[in-house]
Amino acid sequence: MGLETAFGNSFFTSRIDSAINWARKYSFFQYPFVTACCGMEFMSVFASSYDIARFGAEFPRFSPRQADVLFVVGTVNEKLAPVLRRVYEQMAEPKWVVSFGVCATSGGFYDNYATVQGIDKIIPVDIYIPGCPPRPQAILDALTKLQEKVDKETVLKYKNRGENERN
Amino acid sequence: MSAIEKLKSNFPQSIIAIGNSAGQDYVLIKSEDLKKIALFLKNELGFEFLMDLTCVDYKGYPGREEKHRFEMAYQFYSFNNKERVRLKVPVEESSPSVASLASLWLSADWYEREVYDMYGIHFSGHPDLRRILMYEEFQGHPLRKDYPLKGRQPRIPERK
Ligand code: SF4
Repeated sequence: MGLETAFGNSFFTSRIDSAINWARKYSFFQYPFVTACCGMEFMSVFASSYDIARFGAEFPRFSPRQADVLFVVGTVNEKLAPVLRRVYEQMAEPKWVVSFGVCATSGGFYDNYATVQGIDKIIPVDIYIPGCPPRPQAILDALTKLQEKVDKETVLKYKNRGENERN
Repeated sequence: MSAIEKLKSNFPQSIIAIGNSAGQDYVLIKSEDLKKIALFLKNELGFEFLMDLTCVDYKGYPGREEKHRFEMAYQFYSFNNKERVRLKVPVEESSPSVASLASLWLSADWYEREVYDMYGIHFSGHPDLRRILMYEEFQGHPLRKDYPLKGRQPRIPERK
């Protein structure tokens, strides 16, 4: 990055960290990669009774280049795997991935010829949500967990990072 | 006179067996006469709707000859007579091929592509016989009984 990383791990960066992390964790732009039935529960979180807007993450971006969080919602099969990988690679840093439901997390009960056994075989994942499908409360819980995780990050993490180091 | 009886009197040479499965009458016919009988069903008996078309792999099934490993099943419906009929066609393992019905019922087009994708049955006369569900690079036919249950073929290298 720029000036802030030049000083290394010091008072200056830790102040910057807390300001930047505060801004990041309350303004997730998400990319919904919705492939299957889990999508219904995912949509309900946007509606008024659960209202994901309370956590500042209500804004879907249908271009990966403008998104911060990739929500992989539903079954991912081998045919789709290169597409998911490409969407992930198009997202700009910093980026996080949430695996939504057992299908995305481990393949679920689809242990067959067609289904990827967990999207972490293709892209790195930050938060896993169990359930088939997960209840909306679990989604909000995952979102707050992701916020806690983002809060612990430092801008130094992204210093001089190559494209493939994260993978 | 039901459709089955009409088939019986018109094509006595083509019929191998007639039966009833869970309340549905079916006719097992010789595969070379499929097109002829299908045409008769459509034009003479008014079966204007091909509801479904699928295949069964009987590999290792007790009491079946290994030679006729596959069996096609066609389910027809007539709106005017409110009648259903099922055609079954044995397909040999050595040359898994039957006539395509896509020129008679448009719905057969994608069904046949699916059966080709999943079982590797060839439909002679099909306008565009490509895989419909799996990807082009996929090797083999996943619903065949001898395809490994977890025979995944990743398109991109997996992470550790
Ligand atoms: S986890 Fe369950 S609800 Fe979600 S996509 Fe899989 S089968 Fe559907």
